Amino acid sequence: MRVEDKGLIDRAITVPFSFDGQRYCGHAGDTLASALLANGVRLMGRSFKYHRPRGVLTAGSEEPNALVTTGQGATATPNVRATTQEIFVGLKAESQNRWPSLNLDLMGINDAFSQFLSAGFYYKTFMWPKSFWERVYEPIIRRSAGLGALSGLPDTSKYDQATAHCDLLVIGAGPAGLIAALTAARAGADVILANEDSRMGGRLLAETEPLDGEPAHIWVERMVAELAAMDNVRLMHRTTVTGVYDTGTYGALERVSGHLADPQTGAPLETFWQIAAKQCVLAAGAIERPVAFPMNDRPGVMMASGVRAYLNRWGVAAGQKVVVFGNNSDAHRTAMDLTAAGVEVAALIDSRADVAVTGDFPIYTGAQVVDTKGRKSLGEIHVQTSSGVEKIEADCLAMSGGWNPTLHLSCHLGGRPVWNDKIHAFVPDPNNCAGLHVAGAAAGVFDTKGALKSGVSRAKEALKALGLKACAVALPVTGDDEYALTPLWAVKGNGGRAWLDFANDVTLKDVELAARENMGSVEHMKRYTTQGMAPDQGKNSNVGALVALADATGRGIAETGTTTFRPPYVPVSIAAMGSSGAGKGFLPERLTTSHAATVALNAPMIEAGLWYRPSYFPRNGEKTWRQSCDREVNMVRETVGVCDVSTLGKIDVQGPDAARFLDFIYTNMRSTLKVGRVRYGLMLREDGFVMDDGTCARLGATHYVVTTTTAAAGQVMRHMEFVLQALHPEWDVRITSVTEQWAQFAVAGPKARALINAVVNTPIDNENFPFMGCGPVEIGAIAARLFRISFSGEHAYEIAVPSRFGASMFDALLALAEGMGGGAYGMESLNVLRIEKGFITHAEIHGRVTAFDIGMERMVSAKKDCIGKAASMRAGLNGPVREQLVGLKPVGAGKMLLAGAHLFGKEAEAVRDNDQGGITSVCFSPSMGIPLGLALLQNGRERHGEVIRMVDHLRSVETFCEVCDPVFFDPEGGRVRG
Amino acid sequence: MVELQADEPRNGLPIVVGGCTLSEVPFRVLTSVSPYKGKETQLSEALVKAHGMRLAAPNRSTGKADARCVWFGHGQVLLIGPKPDKGLAKSAAIVEQSDSWVSLRLQGAEAPDVLARLTSIDLRSAVFKRGHTARTELRHMMVSITRVGQEAFEVMAFRSMAETLQHDLQDAMESVAAQG
Amino acid sequence: MRIKCPLCGERDRREFYYQGDAIALQRPDADAPAADWDDYLHNRDNIAGVTRDLWHHETGCGAWLVVTRNTNTHEILAAALASDEVSA
Repeated sequence: MRVEDKGLIDRAITVPFSFDGQRYCGHAGDTLASALLANGVRLMGRSFKYHRPRGVLTAGSEEPNALVTTGQGATATPNVRATTQEIFVGLKAESQNRWPSLNLDLMGINDAFSQFLSAGFYYKTFMWPKSFWERVYEPIIRRSAGLGALSGLPDTSKYDQATAHCDLLVIGAGPAGLIAALTAARAGADVILANEDSRMGGRLLAETEPLDGEPAHIWVERMVAELAAMDNVRLMHRTTVTGVYDTGTYGALERVSGHLADPQTGAPLETFWQIAAKQCVLAAGAIERPVAFPMNDRPGVMMASGVRAYLNRWGVAAGQKVVVFGNNSDAHRTAMDLTAAGVEVAALIDSRADVAVTGDFPIYTGAQVVDTKGRKSLGEIHVQTSSGVEKIEADCLAMSGGWNPTLHLSCHLGGRPVWNDKIHAFVPDPNNCAGLHVAGAAAGVFDTKGALKSGVSRAKEALKALGLKACAVALPVTGDDEYALTPLWAVKGNGGRAWLDFANDVTLKDVELAARENMGSVEHMKRYTTQGMAPDQGKNSNVGALVALADATGRGIAETGTTTFRPPYVPVSIAAMGSSGAGKGFLPERLTTSHAATVALNAPMIEAGLWYRPSYFPRNGEKTWRQSCDREVNMVRETVGVCDVSTLGKIDVQGPDAARFLDFIYTNMRSTLKVGRVRYGLMLREDGFVMDDGTCARLGATHYVVTTTTAAAGQVMRHMEFVLQALHPEWDVRITSVTEQWAQFAVAGPKARALINAVVNTPIDNENFPFMGCGPVEIGAIAARLFRISFSGEHAYEIAVPSRFGASMFDALLALAEGMGGGAYGMESLNVLRIEKGFITHAEIHGRVTAFDIGMERMVSAKKDCIGKAASMRAGLNGPVREQLVGLKPVGAGKMLLAGAHLFGKEAEAVRDNDQGGITSVCFSPSMGIPLGLALLQNGRERHGEVIRMVDHLRSVETFCEVCDPVFFDPEGGRVRG
Repeated sequence: MVELQADEPRNGLPIVVGGCTLSEVPFRVLTSVSPYKGKETQLSEALVKAHGMRLAAPNRSTGKADARCVWFGHGQVLLIGPKPDKGLAKSAAIVEQSDSWVSLRLQGAEAPDVLARLTSIDLRSAVFKRGHTARTELRHMMVSITRVGQEAFEVMAFRSMAETLQHDLQDAMESVAAQG
Repeated sequence: MRIKCPLCGERDRREFYYQGDAIALQRPDADAPAADWDDYLHNRDNIAGVTRDLWHHETGCGAWLVVTRNTNTHEILAAALASDEVSA
C-alpha cells in the first residue's frame, strides 16, 4: 500500500508495467519490488528447492527471493533482482521456478518431501536402482530445482567493456562514501564515486534521521551537486564494484540501459568497467541479517531495514499490520517510523529482556517469534514470552538480527575478516588490504555520525598515500543514536524449519546435519549444504550459518571463521565481461590487398592466423574443391600461377652486427650469404626443437630481409627481440616488421619469367636473376623487390610492391597470367604443390620435431653457435629412436591416406605400444596421379621401400603404404632452375 | 611493363556519430627510424637539421602536423610526413613504412570516452596531453595512439586491419553517443 | 594486474606476454656441460615468494622486461629493461 506524503518517488509520473502478465502501475523512482508491494503483491517467487511461496525479503542487491526474468525472447534476462530493477513504461517481468504459475506451483510437492531433500540428499537418496540416477532422478531434480532459465537464443543485446583511471575510487555513496569523495575531491584528487543504486545516498534515503536539521536526502543532493560540478570527479551511477584485483584494478558492472523504456539505438545493456585506482575507499555499507526462527520464510517476513526503506524511500507500507522482531536498537526505528506514518504496528518484539522501549504499540521484551502461519502470505505469528505463547495477527514481520558489514571486497585479495565482539560481526582487517581503506558501516561503524567521521579519516589516509593535502570538510549535524545489540542467531521454537539461506533453501537443520556428518569446516559445510552459493554469495546467510555451525561443533565464531569471499560481488553477465570478444571483436581480421578481387572471384576464404586467404579459385563447371585444386596444380606445373603470399612475416634487419645476429638466430650461415642472394634457413628454439623456417635475403652488406611463416610471424619477432635485448644487447642491430609494407605475390610455373618480364621495366634473365637471387626491380615508377624463390618446385619468383599498389599488382598479374593460360591459385593447391616436393610446413614442424627429424641436421652449422644448437646435439634428439620425415604412397587395395592417422609395422597390432609415428600431411597429387602423404616415422630414413600400415582409429580406415623419400616430384630439382 | 595504381580509400569516411568525427588521414610518408647504439644525440641533431624536429623521447612526439616525429616503441621513432634525409642512415636504421600503417583521426569531446571502450591506457587530459603518444592495444590490435589536439587523437594500426579498426571505433562511437 | 613498464609507465597485464624465469638471461656457453644446459632450459624452482620473471611488452613498446614480484602477495616489486639487467 502507498503511504501518503512519504517517499522520494515522483507521484506525478505514473509508470505502467506488468508482472506475470498482470498489468500494474508504479511511479518514477520505483523498483519492481517497491511497485509490486505498493500494488499489494506479496508473492514474488518460489524457493529454489522446496518451491515454497516467497515474498521480497530485502530492498537491495542481496535479495534472495524476488528474482524475476525481464524482457522476452533473445533479450530475456533471468534472475534479475526485483529490488534493483527500476520500473519503466512497458517493463515486462515474469516470476521463475514455478509451473504452471506462481500462484499454483505443482512443484510445491517438493515441500511435502522436504525430509528427503535435506543437505547432501543427492549423495544419499535416489541412489537405487543405480541406473535410475542418470535417466530418472537427475533430470527430475534438475528440472524442479533452480532459478530462471536462459532463452536458449543468442543474446541480441549489446554489451560494452571500458576502462577508467583515477587517484581514488570510492565504492558506495552513503554518508561515508559521499563525505570521503568530497574530502578527496576538494584536495584535488581525481575521484570516481561508484554507486550501485540508481540514486546516491545509501541508507540516508531509507531512514528518517535528519542531517543538519533537514531530511537527509537534501544534504545528499547538496553533496552530489557539489561533486558533479567538479572536473576531477566522475560519478558512476548504477555501478556495482564487483571485484578487487591485483595492483589497484577493480571490476565494476554498470547497468546502462536496462532501466529505460526506450534506450537509444546502440546503447549497451551493461558496461563492464575495469577501473585502475591508486587508492580506494570502500564504503559499501552493511547488510542486515535475518534471524533463523521457525517458518521465517513466509511472504511478508522481511528485513526490518527493507521495511523502513520501502516506507521512507518509496512510500510503501509493506503490510497493514506489522510486527517488528529484533535484537537491537536499530529495529526500534522500524516501529517508530511505521507508527509515525500511520501504519499499524501490531507488536514490537525485542529478544532482549533488559531494554527500555516506549512506543504507541504493544511491546514484548525478552520474547521471541517461534512460529508463523499463512501459506502465500503471512497471517499470524506466535510469540514466546515469559508467560507462554501468544498469537498475533500480522501480515508483515520486520526482522532484524543486527548488521553485517559489507566487507566482501576487502577479502578479494586474500584478506581474512576479523570477529568484533562489540558489534558481534566480522569486520575487515585493516592490515590486510593495501590501498583499500574501509569506511562507515562496511568497517562496522553503524551510526551516521561515526560513519561520516570515518569517511573523512579514510579519505585522509588515502590522500596521504597519494601525496595530497586534505582540506577541511564540514560534517552535518547528526543525531547521537548508538547501536546496541545482544546476539540472537536462531530460535528453536517448535522445531519447525528455520531458514538461514533463503536463496538456496538451507535451514538450521541442514547445517546441524552437516556438522553431524563431519562437514565441520565452514568450507565443507558450505559445499555440503550449498549455503551461501549461487545468488546469495554469503550476503544474507553467511554469518548466521557459520554461527549455527560453531554452535553445532562447539567452537567459537572467530575460530569457525568465514568462507572465502571471491569476485564477483553481484552476478556479472558473461556477455558484459566478454563483450570485447563478441562478434567482430573476437579477433581482428587481417585482409590482404588482393582480398576484394579474391572474393569477387568467388574464392572461399580460410583463416590463417588472423589472415584470410583463398582456399581455391572455382571456375565454371567445377563442382568440387578437388576439381579446382587439381586444375590449379596442373596450371602451375604447366603454365603459370599467381598466389598472394603477403601474409608471410617479413622482418627488416639492419646494422653492423646484422650478419652475426642472423648467424646466431638461424642454424645455417647468413654472414657468408652474398648480397643479392637468398638462402633458406631453419630457426630452432633453445631447447633444440624447430621453431620456424623461412628465407633470408641479403639486400646490402648490413641489410637483410627475412621471412617467417604466416603463423609464426609474431613469435619470431618476439624471439628476435629477446635475443637482441636480453641475450646480446651489445650487438648493434635494428629489426623492423615490414610484413604490412609489402604486398608480395608468388609467380610460379614454366612461364613465370615471361610473366615477370611482362611486368617489370627491364627484363630479367637467368644470369641476373638465377635461382635464389634477389634484387630491386622497377614497375613503371614503382620500386619493387624481386626474389627468385620457390615453394612449388617450379621456376618461380616472389615479387613485392608497396601495399598501396598491391590490389593493382594482383589484377595486373592475374590478367597477364590468364593470357598465358595460367591464373590464380589458392591454399589447397599451394599445399599439394609443396607436398609433392616434400617441403615442410607447421604440420611437420609442430613443435616436437628437431632438425634431425626433418633431415636437416647438416643445416646446423658446425662453424658457429646458434640458438638451440647445444640442445639439438643431445642424444635423445638424434638417431634411430626419432620419428623422421618420410614420404608415403598407398599400396594395395585401399588408397586412402589420412592426416593424423598413426603408423604401425605391417603385421603389428594397431595399439599404442606399437605406434611408430603419424601422418602429418596428405593430398591427392595430380602430378603423380596417386594420393601422397608426409609422415614422421620411427627411424624412417632407413626404411624407404618398406611397407607399413596406416590406421586411423577415429575414422576406421586402414591403408598399407610404402615408405619413400619425401620428395616425390622432380627430385633432381631441375624445374626450379629452368 | 604495367602502370600500377595506388588504392583509393573506399571506407565511407569521414563519419560523424554523436559528438565525434572519424576520418582517415590521407597518405603520408612514414619512416621507421631506429637509432644505432649511442647515436641518439647524433640522430636528434640530424633530425633537427634536416626536418626541424628533435628525436622524440618515450611516449612523446615532436614537430608539427605536417612533419612529426612520434616515439614508436623500444628504440624506435616514426618520422611522419617528410621523405627522410639520406644522412639519417648514418646514425639509424631507416625503414620505409608508408604502406604499413593506416591512420584514423578521432575528434570530439567524447573521443576519450570512445577510446576508453577500446583501450586500457590512461587518456585523462592531465596525464595524456597534446603531443603525448602511446603504443598500446586497441581491442586486440597493436596500435599507436597520439593526442594531436585538445580533443583529437590519431590512431594507427596495421594496414591489413584497417576494416577492423574502423569497425571497432565506429562501434564504440555509437555506444558512447547512445549514452549521451 | 598492472605492470609498470620502464618505458611506457603502468599498463594493464593484457599488453604483456609472459615468458618465464629470468634465468633465461644467463645463457650457458655453447660448450657448457649438459647439466648446465639442463638447468638453464628445464629445471625451475617453484617459489612461494619473490621471483624474477621475463615479460615482453608485446602490444606496447616491444621491450623485454625483468619483473620482480612476490607470488604470495602478488606485489610487483620492480620492472626493469632486460637490456639494462644484462648490460649491468
